[in-house]
Amino acid sequence: MLTLTCPCCGVTAEETELTYGHEAHLKRFGPGSTDAEFEDYLFNRKNPKGVHFERWRHSYGCGKWFLAARSTVTLEVYGTYSAQTTEPPAELIAKIKEKCPGWEGWQ
Amino acid sequence: MPEAVSALKGVSHTGFATVAEAGLTGMIQIRADLASPRLAAVLAERGLAVPEQRKVVTGGGRRLAWMSPDELLLFCSYDEAPVLAGDLTAEMGGEHALIVNVSDMRAVFTITGAKRDEVLMKLCPVDFATLPEMELRRTRAAQTGVALWRSGPEEITLICFRSVAGYMMGLLETASRKGGEIF
Repeated sequence: MLTLTCPCCGVTAEETELTYGHEAHLKRFGPGSTDAEFEDYLFNRKNPKGVHFERWRHSYGCGKWFLAARSTVTLEVYGTYSAQTTEPPAELIAKIKEKCPGWEGWQ
Repeated sequence: MPEAVSALKGVSHTGFATVAEAGLTGMIQIRADLASPRLAAVLAERGLAVPEQRKVVTGGGRRLAWMSPDELLLFCSYDEAPVLAGDLTAEMGGEHALIVNVSDMRAVFTITGAKRDEVLMKLCPVDFATLPEMELRRTRAAQTGVALWRSGPEEITLICFRSVAGYMMGLLETASRKGGEIF
C-alpha cells in the first residue's frame, strides 16, 4: 500500500484515495514530428525497475494532480511535488541519488 | 412552489453512536483565486475570513470551509442560499469566480456520541486520532466521496452527494450498530 502526501492540500493519503496517472514528464510529439518520435511518445514507456516518476490525482480529496517519485521495487516513496513543473525538483533528485547511487537519472 | 425536502427527510438511527441526516442545509460553492483581495473583502463583510488550508472558519452564523486550492464551501441557512449566492456573485464584480448554490446537490449527515469516530474508522482511510477540530477532510467512505470535519464536541459532520445519500445512510447505520464497536 502506497501512502503519498498531496502537495496541493497537505493530506497524507493512502492509495485508495488516489488515482494513478501513469508516467510523468512525458514530452509530447505531435504534428510535424517523425513517425518514430510519435510512436515513441504514444506507446513506449520506461517501465523501470527502480526509481519511477508518476502522475497521481487526489481524486477523493482535493481533486488535484501532482507528481510523485517512488521505487517500483521497494515501493519506497522518495517525495511528491507540484505538477506545474517540467522536471523534478533539484533537492528530490539529490535525495534519490543519495539513496540509489547507481541511479541513471530521470531523463 | 413545491416544498423543499432533504434527501432522506432527517432520518436517524441510534446504535453505539447516533447517525442522522441533518436536513436542509444551505451550501454555496465558491470557485475563485483564494488569494484575491476582492474575495477576502466580500467575505469580510459577512464576518468571514478565507480559511487556511483544510480549515473551517465560523462567522456571522455561517461556516466557510476550504475544499481545495481554488474552492471554498459556504454553509448557511437553506432559505438564504439562493439570494446569498447571487449577492456574492454581484459583489465579486467582474473578477473571475464561480459562485453557485449547491444546497440541493448534497446531503449532510451528523454522527454524534462518544464513539462517533469508530463509525467512520470503518469506512474512511483517515487517521482520526490526528484529525484536529474544525479541519475539513475530504476522503472516501466505502465507495463514495465525502468531506467530514469535527463540527463540535462529540460531533462529526459529513457531506456527500445527494444521489448517494441512501447508500451513505446504509453505511452509517450498519457501521454504528450496537456490538460493532472497535475499542
